[in-house]
Amino acid sequence: MFGPLNCKAGTSKKNKTGAWRVELRPKYLHQNCIACKLCVTACPEGCIIPGEKNAFEFDAAYCKGCGLCAAICPKKDIAMVKEEEQKSK
Amino acid sequence: MSNHLYAPGHTACSGCGQAMAVRYVLDAAGKNTMVANNTGCLEVFSTKYPESAFEVPFVHSLFENCAAVASGVEAALKYLGKKDSINVIAEAGDGGTADIGLQALSGMLERGHDILYVCYDNEAYMNTGIQRSGLTPFKANTTTSPKGAKSFGNLRYKKPMPEIALAHGIPYMATATVGYPQDLQRKVKKALSIKGPKYIQVHVPCPLGWQHPSNQTFDVAKLAVETGLYPLVEFENGKLIGVRKIKALPVEEYLKVQGRFKHLLGNAEEIKLVQDVANASIAKYNLKIEADTAQPA
Amino acid sequence: MKEFLEGSMAVARTVQLCKPGVISAYPITPQTHIVEELAQMVADGHLNAEFVNVESEHSAASVVLGALAAGVRAYTATSSQGLLLMSEVIFNIAGMRLPLVLTDANRAISAPINIWNDQQDTVSLRDAGWVQLYVENLQETVDFHIMAYKLAEDKNIMLPVMVCMDGFILTHGIESVDMPSQEQVDKFLPPYKALYKLDVDNPMTLGPLADPDYYTEARYAIQETQKKVLEVIPRLTADFARAFGRTYNGLIEEYHTKDAERVIVAMGSVCGSIKDVVDELRSKGKKVGLLKIVSYRPFPAQEIYDALKNVSKVGVVDRAVSLGSFAPLASEIKATFFGKKKKPDTISSFVVGLGGRDITKDSIKEIFRMLTQKEKTGEFIDLKPELLKENYE
Repeated sequence: MFGPLNCKAGTSKKNKTGAWRVELRPKYLHQNCIACKLCVTACPEGCIIPGEKNAFEFDAAYCKGCGLCAAICPKKDIAMVKEEEQKSK
Repeated sequence: MSNHLYAPGHTACSGCGQAMAVRYVLDAAGKNTMVANNTGCLEVFSTKYPESAFEVPFVHSLFENCAAVASGVEAALKYLGKKDSINVIAEAGDGGTADIGLQALSGMLERGHDILYVCYDNEAYMNTGIQRSGLTPFKANTTTSPKGAKSFGNLRYKKPMPEIALAHGIPYMATATVGYPQDLQRKVKKALSIKGPKYIQVHVPCPLGWQHPSNQTFDVAKLAVETGLYPLVEFENGKLIGVRKIKALPVEEYLKVQGRFKHLLGNAEEIKLVQDVANASIAKYNLKIEADTAQPA
Repeated sequence: MKEFLEGSMAVARTVQLCKPGVISAYPITPQTHIVEELAQMVADGHLNAEFVNVESEHSAASVVLGALAAGVRAYTATSSQGLLLMSEVIFNIAGMRLPLVLTDANRAISAPINIWNDQQDTVSLRDAGWVQLYVENLQETVDFHIMAYKLAEDKNIMLPVMVCMDGFILTHGIESVDMPSQEQVDKFLPPYKALYKLDVDNPMTLGPLADPDYYTEARYAIQETQKKVLEVIPRLTADFARAFGRTYNGLIEEYHTKDAERVIVAMGSVCGSIKDVVDELRSKGKKVGLLKIVSYRPFPAQEIYDALKNVSKVGVVDRAVSLGSFAPLASEIKATFFGKKKKPDTISSFVVGLGGRDITKDSIKEIFRMLTQKEKTGEFIDLKPELLKENYE
């Protein structure tokens, strides 16, 4: 019989909130990154993939485009760009 | 990506302070943690069947009972002889903590359960549409404390929830903010290293309810601290063991970046009343950095 | 072994035999003796359980909810206002499919405040998804608590069970009770193994939000499970009879109904008095009987139909009212026969014994007498008309 309604841990990953982005998306410029990981901490989705300097990326499947990573970056190495521009490229 | 104990795919608003704070708290607590959560934004945006963003065992029951549910979980772990290896966290929003859940919380604190209670304070009932709570700040415009021809918003001061928790004689109480994640995580770890009931109240900006851009969550959170409106304090065994020293910026710096205080701008008299609130906290906790030792934040 | 015990002591001793790991309760008359006894057992080291003293019934129910979520057998007891204060959690526990056993010492609801017995408290929560069993005497009280745990924890059921015992009459009454041994109970009721629980090695989320895509099915599943309880209870009572030597139907009890012309339908301790009256009237050649409803939820409509279909005059005794409508049990007995070919000529309804008013043998005889008249609807028995003449001025 159906129920009780219990969920497996971490299953929200099925829900691709990247579809929420309508205007802006981050663009990692990969020029002045010092790998401080502030963007990783700041991301409300926890969807930034850290790496070596200038090798950070965000997971477009979940990024809602809030812009916190760009706002917090001390080296201004993340730009918020128009969603369409990025797609057309 | 996901070494975090709070997974992506949750449906919090873009730039949500609470979504960040819960991740900081759980990552600091580690995987041997069980969570009981009140009804509210966090539960709704994290656990819509059949999906859950929680990577640790999690139970939600009702709006006002997470402290009691957590008490039951803790009692069960004690009975099973597992309490020493597992953290129990009860968590709720400001309404679920200071208003409807206060009785259950008081019971939990008084009974001495080994539980960390975390209040995510976004200063109104955000899940139901930004209604005033007991932790809504003085003068804030909410849907039930609206500004109007005869009103400058919320009539009352924030309920002194940290002091109320402290008055139960608990071994650890701290305030924190999503604006200073390392400080928050340090406090969570410290709290969990202490046996007994602990209370941490975390200031979490809500871009929707506070009306600030989604990329300003950290800046707004930090300004609340730096103006003295959200003092960061830490008490162990009833003794103040630390505060975050601040430059004591004018409160207007904080008010002007949020739509919920827009109606105060240009009104020196009203702003002074808010400044008085900050000044009282600054004096009470001696928050201000002395001029000669001032360091950039 | 047979012992003379107060009802509350008998309940506490039975709960002790069932070995809950967490007990939480808030005091309310007439439940207090039960939880005082349990607290003493824990204090004396005679019961290995965490006893959590809470600040309200809402929290008592929430604590045992949390304990069950963590996979540990739990117990609480309450009454009247306490049950109503719990009611939000009561619905929640059933919806979360947690196998709690709760004792309710049936008591009237305020206002006016009244600590004495009727069944308005539990009857008001009939729609919460719980199994509700109404007991007549202390032996049943003991036996049905043991069965309640086994039923609640049945992996095909996983629903909470409320054992409803009349306040004072049963909680404070002293009767001879055959108390089972620990060995017997251990053999009948194995330790609780949760099908789902909070577990750091297998983390899951309990109590999520369900949107319109899932909510209906979650409720439907409880409704279907309640039907399944009707099949499980007879097997359970058969197992119980083998283990303890006492036989129950578990859904209903028929007392001289087979050839009866007039039958009273009732729940709880009043059935004892009705049986005495039936015996007395039978000795005078009157064909009367009693149908006792044990399981009010699930409602055993088929068994009730079979028991009453050939009875000419039925009278339903409600110890609760649905203010503004038909009496609760009576309306369901009537619904059982709606559209049926075989049915009683009349089904009369009586509201009796509210707020502790005595239900005397004369009251019961009066009800049997009224069954010979035309059908009564929600007739209040032993009403004092002189009091009703007073007004506000």
